[in-house]
Amino acid sequence: MKRAVLGAVSLGGIGLGVMRWRSSRRSRARTRREAARWLMVTINRRPEEVLAEGRLPEPLARLGDTVEVRVREAPGGRGTELGARPLAGVPTGATQVLARLGGEDPRQAVRRALRESKCLMETGEVLLPDAPPSTRPTPAGKILDLAVQRAGGEGRL
Amino acid sequence: MKALCWQGVNELSVERVPDPRILNAQDAIVKVGLTTTCGSDLHLLGGYIPAMRAGDVIGHEFLGEVVEVGTEVRRHKVGDRVVVCSIIGCGRCWNCENGLWSACDNSNPDPGLTDMLWGQPSAGIYGYSHATGGFKGSHAQYVRVPFADHGAFAVPDGVSDMDALFCSDAAPTGWMGADLGGVKPGDVVAVWGCGAVGQMAARAAMLLGAERVIAIDRHPERMTMTERHVGAETLDYTRTDVIAELKERSGGRGPDVCIEAVGLEADSAGPKRLYDRVKQRAGLTLDRPAAVREAIYACRKGGSVFVLGVFAGLVDKFPLGAMMNKGLTVRGAQQHGQRYIPRLLDMVSNGELRTAHMATHTMPLEHGPHGYDLFKNKKDGCVRAVFRPWA
Repeated sequence: MKRAVLGAVSLGGIGLGVMRWRSSRRSRARTRREAARWLMVTINRRPEEVLAEGRLPEPLARLGDTVEVRVREAPGGRGTELGARPLAGVPTGATQVLARLGGEDPRQAVRRALRESKCLMETGEVLLPDAPPSTRPTPAGKILDLAVQRAGGEGRL
Repeated sequence: MKALCWQGVNELSVERVPDPRILNAQDAIVKVGLTTTCGSDLHLLGGYIPAMRAGDVIGHEFLGEVVEVGTEVRRHKVGDRVVVCSIIGCGRCWNCENGLWSACDNSNPDPGLTDMLWGQPSAGIYGYSHATGGFKGSHAQYVRVPFADHGAFAVPDGVSDMDALFCSDAAPTGWMGADLGGVKPGDVVAVWGCGAVGQMAARAAMLLGAERVIAIDRHPERMTMTERHVGAETLDYTRTDVIAELKERSGGRGPDVCIEAVGLEADSAGPKRLYDRVKQRAGLTLDRPAAVREAIYACRKGGSVFVLGVFAGLVDKFPLGAMMNKGLTVRGAQQHGQRYIPRLLDMVSNGELRTAHMATHTMPLEHGPHGYDLFKNKKDGCVRAVFRPWA
């Protein structure tokens, strides 16, 4: 009886170990995929307008050689798909959370540049938020301020 | 300038705040003549829409005079009397070009918040939290109007300010519900809510040829107003079984089009009301969807449900089975006002559409907190409190 219990416990332990190993492999693979993901916007302009004289839109051009860029025609006459991703490694896991809160995740700058490029190409300007503010400082307001400051570079883009 | 500011849950005050400035070349500054309360403001006031900061100027439905234009504004000049759509649209992204103005890609400078929340960023809205761009609202003496060529509309001569005011939001929102809900001649249409948006949806359904329009509410003065000024039938949901009544009035089929014009603080009769309220108070659900649920159960097989009321998050007990098995089309949107406002102004001008009756209370902006008290608590028969910032 003692031996059977010991065997069952050992088998269970091995099974759990294998599951955990497989799950952590899957998790690492997923993290690698996420880090390499292209961030994309579709601009309601033809590719030759988006890349006028072969130049990237100014907000994206400002990121220089820190990003990889791809441009392709969107299907259905929807304009141009503009994608970019940081060349440097991006933080993952817990470090990603800290980097995003600190505004140091390189994907935040890419998201912001893509959004600004789209707005500039489509409307001729980058829309600015209202100023000066009419608000007064409160504890909840400070948290919201942080979220708003990061909002241009955040989201599921 | 003077402005009505949100200070916290159920707390408003009139403050001195900095005047707005032209910040983009396509901006205009509008001197606000009239600005009105809207049912969706109550969600801000009640704390149901997050992302409000103490001191934010509220208000999004307004009319006024252009007093300054940016260098790239082409369609407006100083002195123009304009009504401004509550939703900000750039006019040139794919969504705006296809009439989906409230899905504008370029008018929200804080896109990350709603992108995280809903999977895509929403358009900018005046005075409607930092989730929709943090733009200052219209309950003020002046307001900055971005993309002014696309969001401001000249009011035809002969149309009074009060008639034109509701073309900013209530009238186009209601019209959109009937139009995109697919109302056709001969249809039976049910509208949940006899507030300003519900009344406008009912009127739009009639103008689009509906045979019978039935509006549902519980406030006698709103129901009387809907019967008198809109010409729709009404139902008091506290006194009757709405679904049974609608079936009886539609030959057992159910309404062809159901338009929900209530939003996330919907009330209902019976124990469901208590259930929804307890869950919302306990923070277990953000929205109370009683009217949407009822609309889905009431709608005829293969019919259409349009959600005009504002919702913010997740809802409980959504009848997905009824929706799927009855083959319903369920659609919703913040208003795509820019596609309807010119036509609505013409209709107001030629007398087909009347709106001024909804302004039951008019007062100076200093009385804004009192106006919201009347409006929120439906005191003194208040349907809309309208503020005059320069009175």
